Amino acid sequence: MRAVRVLFGRELSLAWGGGGGPLLACGFMLCLTAILPLAAGGDPRVLAPAASGASWMALALASLLSLERLFERDLEDGALDLLALGPLPLEATVAIKALAQWLATGLPLALTAPVAALALGQPVHLIGLTALAAAIGGLGFAFTGALGAALALGARRGGLLIAVVVLPLFIPPVVFGAGALTRAANAQDPLSALALLAAYVLFAIVIAPVAGAAAIRNAQG
Amino acid sequence: MDIEKGSQIGGIMLTAVEIKDLSLSRGERVLFQGLSLRLSAGEAVALTGANGAGKTSLLRAVAGFIRPDSGAITFGGADDEALDSEAARRDGVHLLGHLEGLKPTRTARQEFEFQTDWLGGAGAAREAAIARLALTPLLDLETRKLSAGQKRRLSLARLVAAPRALWLLDEPLAPLDERWRAVAAELMAAHLASGGMILAAVHDPLPVPARALDLGGLS
Repeated sequence: MRAVRVLFGRELSLAWGGGGGPLLACGFMLCLTAILPLAAGGDPRVLAPAASGASWMALALASLLSLERLFERDLEDGALDLLALGPLPLEATVAIKALAQWLATGLPLALTAPVAALALGQPVHLIGLTALAAAIGGLGFAFTGALGAALALGARRGGLLIAVVVLPLFIPPVVFGAGALTRAANAQDPLSALALLAAYVLFAIVIAPVAGAAAIRNAQG
Repeated sequence: MDIEKGSQIGGIMLTAVEIKDLSLSRGERVLFQGLSLRLSAGEAVALTGANGAGKTSLLRAVAGFIRPDSGAITFGGADDEALDSEAARRDGVHLLGHLEGLKPTRTARQEFEFQTDWLGGAGAAREAAIARLALTPLLDLETRKLSAGQKRRLSLARLVAAPRALWLLDEPLAPLDERWRAVAAELMAAHLASGGMILAAVHDPLPVPARALDLGGLS
């Protein structure tokens, strides 16, 4: 549908234009990864077992970065009114924005995740699984993040509030995603953890647009 | 006025707005109570009143952003049948508020094309709007470089490029100079003549024949 394409194109252009948001998020993730060996010591015997978990933590934190941009700017400059008077219901608008957020930020981060994990000493054969889990998890981060961003609307300086609202919602995907990698590293089947991760993501995809749209209507009133 | 009652503007046949017994409040403060107003094809209403009297809130309530305390806002179509208000707002309502909804780092062209595409504008009407408001020299500038009046011209172009029956205008002329006020007046007159409706919050009189509705001062 034309409206879907139009909004999707705008969101991608906003994400990439003016400051290169996705590159910033990837750089932030790599910085976090670089800090861990400095804080915990460079011993591979310490770092390697924590590599999966640490890379997922970095992924979750980096996914927070551009959430403020998602609705807050549109509310401040009046574009949200325009979006609400457009052809799509607000629920669809929230879903499209979250999907564009995943494409613009989540996927580049998913490609950065194996680099981070590898640098911390994760076995090389887990590269593919790391990227896959990060891509699936990133979709969950994008939708739960969109929900948090919508809930924080209207609170001035909502950026920090978004982090506090959203990080607890990020815990299940972090547990399942890092769990899948840990299981695979221990030569166990990672599929059950991946399935739980995917289930959480589907749950977020269903809930976030409805709840997010309600929060936006409330902030607009 | 000579109006074709059956003409359709944009994607939906919207020919009347009925506000019945409306009460609005912001926070604890009651803005007004029991306000009734009927607007039919070809009519304009100028809302006046002191700052804070509720002009903007009334426009936002008609646009569906503010839930009234009581009363109803209904939209009528051909032969005065009631329209689904969500559909009426999605295809029949333009809101031109204080904020123009422009992203500072995008060019005027990008923003104009997005806004008109999103609101259902078509190619020919878009070109006509660009010509009417002399936007060509502005289109390649980032919107942060535009003056308030130039931004307002971009927004007026959106109203022309994506035809919709009901224009909700909040101080539409405030940032414009003499020349563009005259053009805006012609656009409004043309909109009314084609069967459109205008509900505008103003301090200066509207440049088209309009009924006045005074919301009074602060109580």
